[in-house]
Amino acid sequence: MKQKLTHAVRNLMRRHQRALTTLVLALRNLTRNRQRSLTTLLAMVVGVNAILIFGGYSHDITNEMQTDFVQRSGHLQIQRKGYFLYGSGNSAAYGIAGYEKLIAALKNDPVLKPMVVVATPTLQLGGIAGNFGAGVSRTVMVQGMVAQDQVQLRKWNDYGFPIAPRPLPLDGADPQAIVIGEGVARVLQLCAELKVPMCDAQPKAADPAANDAPPDLAALSALEGPAVHNEATRIEVLATNVHGAPNVGSFTVVKAEQQGVKELDDVYVAMHLPGAQRLVYGREAPQVTAVIVQLRHTDQIAPARARIEQLLAKDFKDAKLDILDFETLNPYYGQTNRMFSALFGFVFVLIGAIVIFVVSNTMSMTIYERTVEIGTLRAIGQRRRGIEALFIIEGAVLGMIGSALGVVIALVISSAVNVSGLNWIPPSRVDPIPLTVRVWGEWGMMVLTFVGLTVVAALSAWLPAKGAAKQPIVDALRHV
Amino acid sequence: METKPAVVIENLNKTYQLDNVQVPGLVDVSIQIASNCFTVLSGPSGSGKTTLLNMIGCIDRPDSGRLLVAGQDVSQLSDDALSDFRARHIGFIFQTFNLLPVLSAYENVEYPLVMAGIPAESRRARVEQLLNAVGLMAKANHRPGQLSGGQRQRVAIARALALSPALVLADEPTANLDSQTGSMIIHLMRRIQRKYKVSFVFSSHDPKVINAADGVFNICDGRITGFERINRNISA
Repeated sequence: MKQKLTHAVRNLMRRHQRALTTLVLALRNLTRNRQRSLTTLLAMVVGVNAILIFGGYSHDITNEMQTDFVQRSGHLQIQRKGYFLYGSGNSAAYGIAGYEKLIAALKNDPVLKPMVVVATPTLQLGGIAGNFGAGVSRTVMVQGMVAQDQVQLRKWNDYGFPIAPRPLPLDGADPQAIVIGEGVARVLQLCAELKVPMCDAQPKAADPAANDAPPDLAALSALEGPAVHNEATRIEVLATNVHGAPNVGSFTVVKAEQQGVKELDDVYVAMHLPGAQRLVYGREAPQVTAVIVQLRHTDQIAPARARIEQLLAKDFKDAKLDILDFETLNPYYGQTNRMFSALFGFVFVLIGAIVIFVVSNTMSMTIYERTVEIGTLRAIGQRRRGIEALFIIEGAVLGMIGSALGVVIALVISSAVNVSGLNWIPPSRVDPIPLTVRVWGEWGMMVLTFVGLTVVAALSAWLPAKGAAKQPIVDALRHV
Repeated sequence: METKPAVVIENLNKTYQLDNVQVPGLVDVSIQIASNCFTVLSGPSGSGKTTLLNMIGCIDRPDSGRLLVAGQDVSQLSDDALSDFRARHIGFIFQTFNLLPVLSAYENVEYPLVMAGIPAESRRARVEQLLNAVGLMAKANHRPGQLSGGQRQRVAIARALALSPALVLADEPTANLDSQTGSMIIHLMRRIQRKYKVSFVFSSHDPKVINAADGVFNICDGRITGFERINRNISA
């Protein structure tokens, strides 16, 4: 047994020594034609940088999108079954009764507590907003919210973007205050009052009598809430209540806010939750259309969801509730992710192909120049596989050095970009944010690029190496 | 006691194809090369001496005939088996030295020992012994580019002897050296051949090499045309 072990150890040491010698030979051979090696390395460095910088940039875009979605709508939403697909036109039919109990259960559950940052109700409803002073109105999508919770939602920044949370105009505002999209403000002719840009010609109402809402609406409005303070930005919001009857509320627009996407900007109305609930439920018990759950980290979605499912099955069985994650709620996120993945794959394949050609060309030239050396090595007893291994290792070493240099330079470039102070406006955002390229921390991408291109470089050397090992020894020795 | 011949060749034939023309390289060659001797294959350029040396060195295969090197019939060995056989039994000295330029003199001599899996201690002892034998211990760390032609050939001799082969083959070993260095190399090889009791086979038409030989096979147009016994133990 001891003898076998000794033999095995000796064998291992011999192989180790052979591999080490081959590696030394490969490294030294790379210095023989420095200019060629440097050119090859430069091509690899450029390739690695193209992959990592683009990959880091696209990761930042998708992470930024995720941050935006999570700040707006949380990681998970608990809704009535069917609301997501069928409920947007009839929110009254998909309300969650007793939602306070559900939120309390989420906040107090010992499993969820360490994961949940915010659990807040929201009520979404469709309606008509009218500036009857100007004789204009339009359909809108109203979101009723708890302002303080929304402020907390907007603070989520798990990827550490150098951005400050967007202020929420509703926070601390009057109960009758609302925020509307700039598109809504334009249609309702509130541009001057709300300082909305790109808002030139506005036909003013000709009849001063039209400054008032129709008498029936005014009466309804008076029933639903206190009088508004600012007549200049007063609008009425008409909605269908839970019994299918019209209901109207009078509100003061405190700010017109760009929503990034025009379709949303043209319908967006945000108000305090009680105001929205009064429109739909009147004096009946208020309900909401969703409970937004924001977690500390995105990777907690699966365990949080599993736990919420347990809670719903146990204590809210009759409520027929469903849990949707932010990717389901925002299909655009998945589509963008897939688009960038496809682009990244394309860039990777393209760079891989360039590396194949460059390394293969370099190795072919190297092999051609060292034909006599190959013949000599074969003559003194090197097997064909040994010759192949020698050049494949040379290719791999070239790939390794090129990839490592590329990774280091990509880190330097990305750091320079991150501190450069450049700004840009990404899709679905309205305000500029610092341009960032996230390479540091993207370990998976770095390892994939390093290993991938090293393997590609080694494989690029394989074909010429195979050809070199196959040639007759006497022909190789005669090579001039 | 009669010693076994280092090489036995029977009816060896080799033809080369040059475009549409068949060129005979070796024609029905049958010789025996004695062990522990200094044997020269001599003939004009294109006579077939290098071809015969390549056959003996197992780096080229004959079309027909039988070839025994160090008692082993090498005709049927696979490529890997032939590589291993060359590593164990045959040393090569080339006209252009053919050292690995990125390795030092020491590393060049050590290379066959590493490939054969010789332990580090034994390797060191063997390399130092050989470099001392060729008088290059002081230049052990020099790369071939830093050595003269004669010094490079001495390193090549040391490398050829690294694994104590039965046979050392040298193709025109003095052709790229000046006359004085050539003579020195011949004397060195002769001394080493005697010291290590190894068979040396040369292809050469250098009179100095021929004069130092134990026996000379003359080749012309791929045929053995004569044999000159200068010393014992050689037969045609």
